[in-house]
Amino acid sequence: MSVSTMPEKGNPLLKYMRQDKLPHFFCPGCGCGQVVSAFLRAVEALKLDLGTMVGIGGVGCTARIPVYLHMDCLHGVHGRTLAWATGIKLHKPDTKVVVFAGDGDAMSIGGNHFIHAARRNLDVTFIVVNNFNFAMTGGQVAPMTPGGAVTMTTPYGSSEPPFDLCAMAVTSGATYVARTLTSNPAQMTSYIKTALDHKGFSVVEILSQCPTHFGRYALGSGSPKNLVTWIKDHTVPLTAADKMKAEELEGKYRTGEFIKTERPVFMGSTVCSAPCAEKEGKA
Amino acid sequence: MKREERVLTGVHFMQGNYAAVEGAIAAGCDFFAGYPITPANEVSEGMARRLPAVGGAFLQGEDELCSIYAAAGASLAGAKAMTATASAGFDYMQEGIEYAVAVEAPMVIVDVMRCRGENFATQADIMQVRWSAAGDHEMIVLAPSTVQETFDFTVRAFNLAEEYRTPVIVISEMSLALMRERLEIPEASAIPVVNRRRTTKSPSEYLPFKADSEYGVPDFAELGTGYRVIHSINPHDERGDIEWDPKAFERLYKRITGKVRENRKKIATTQRFHLDDAEIALVGYGSEVRPALDAALSARDKGIKVGVLKIDVPWPFPEEAVAEVASGVRTMVTVEMNIGKYAGEIERVVCGRCRTARATKNLGEPHTPEEILTVIEEVRS
Repeated sequence: MSVSTMPEKGNPLLKYMRQDKLPHFFCPGCGCGQVVSAFLRAVEALKLDLGTMVGIGGVGCTARIPVYLHMDCLHGVHGRTLAWATGIKLHKPDTKVVVFAGDGDAMSIGGNHFIHAARRNLDVTFIVVNNFNFAMTGGQVAPMTPGGAVTMTTPYGSSEPPFDLCAMAVTSGATYVARTLTSNPAQMTSYIKTALDHKGFSVVEILSQCPTHFGRYALGSGSPKNLVTWIKDHTVPLTAADKMKAEELEGKYRTGEFIKTERPVFMGSTVCSAPCAEKEGKA
Repeated sequence: MKREERVLTGVHFMQGNYAAVEGAIAAGCDFFAGYPITPANEVSEGMARRLPAVGGAFLQGEDELCSIYAAAGASLAGAKAMTATASAGFDYMQEGIEYAVAVEAPMVIVDVMRCRGENFATQADIMQVRWSAAGDHEMIVLAPSTVQETFDFTVRAFNLAEEYRTPVIVISEMSLALMRERLEIPEASAIPVVNRRRTTKSPSEYLPFKADSEYGVPDFAELGTGYRVIHSINPHDERGDIEWDPKAFERLYKRITGKVRENRKKIATTQRFHLDDAEIALVGYGSEVRPALDAALSARDKGIKVGVLKIDVPWPFPEEAVAEVASGVRTMVTVEMNIGKYAGEIERVVCGRCRTARATKNLGEPHTPEEILTVIEEVRS
């Protein structure tokens, strides 16, 4: 069935959700719903069985996403998503694992796990919803808050420069890295689909609107539309960015696919190719 | 791989840390994650060599947080998982322990207690292993006194973790961890192995956090097998759904703590030495039992009837065993390598049944038998 055909009983993607948990807790205008939609379209297109997959969320708004999905889920500890995923993948390598993390979860408290998962090429899909602030806790500065932005903990503007998550992912060794934005659902779906289908550490950063906090404090507007427009105005497709000067790219987010490559995935810090007790001397 | 091939049956002269490794392998451990820290490194090093060779996975985490959460993830995926660390590293693991308690993920944590920087012996973490994870819980903590017990108790720790679906801690000590002693590893068939009970229900009938009794242990369904369970540290109902209702919270934590507390007589074993006619009982755990036993024998040479109550499992607290011994002696002396922490719990339970005293030492060195004998002579006079 085509996804565009809306049957009488509602959205066909609802079958992938814990419907008794709806309505969800995301604020009106939040981008998380769009991310769920894109993710489920990718799942549908790839004919994945969520019952055999594990969804992981730490703490934060984005971290709630897997709680609404009808799949095994680990949830509720801030920043440790990839540590959980590492244990799962080393014990059951065939289980598909997808992590949903906000920018704080992924890059602040979980930053160390992130670079090491990338270095190891852990076979996990890491979807980072970057809404430029700590949203669930009330709109504090985060590692990807734009420089100068006013947040609840940077009332005079942020003096901290932000991370470029995608650049860091590539440098650290991730084998699929892409950045997109919620106002481009086709691209968002396409990148998530590629990531889910990728063998290795796949990272999709999604620039997303948080009208409740980032919009109101940093941009002076709680309108989702204004925030979506602001994000659009601050993105440049990679193809265009290649032809632009460094100063023109200042404060801009490049969107597109940064790397797609293959190398062996992580199976443990030391792997014995032929498990055999006889090789072991007496201790 | 067959169990017999995993188990190093025979007599060895082995270091305490390696005994923990062999105990884990014998118990069926198939996942280990750890971060380098002295004096627990030999556990990681031993696991790195042994585990991949018997078909398990070894991870050197980027930190202790990675290690404990990787163990939790592997456990929920069905593994018998373990991590090992030393006091400072154990600090970092508390939230992971809290998570494992909340989602009832079995795992074994070896904490080699250390003080004065890295390499000195202590029992200073005895209260930390019980309470330092946030939230309500009853920890199971085993305290070996010898290399042989390090092996035996590690096996038992895995079995208790599986039976009660909870993290179990083995506290070692710098001295014990790096000591070499005789270790006899029995035939594989003589080593009991417990496996968590898997659900036989279909996904539609299965309730992941419902047990068959008020203080029971739920059946397990491993990740990725169609059961679609939420394993959240947040309060959850019997279905695993996040539930903020205080009644659901109360029911959950009553069961999670009760499954350990109500079974404490079975879990919290003790050993009695020379207590039948004793007027003074020394009570201790871990390596301190060794000088205590020597001191008891020296006291008996001097005509003072001293016995020893050896606490194998400090937590859950063996209340009944302590109370029974206290009822039969004039004085109970807690022997402890810290400023006197477990002593407080002993004295709470003794509660006037006899007099109490403490032999405590917090210098990074175990007691000598003579030091304990001095305390014995003081309390007797």
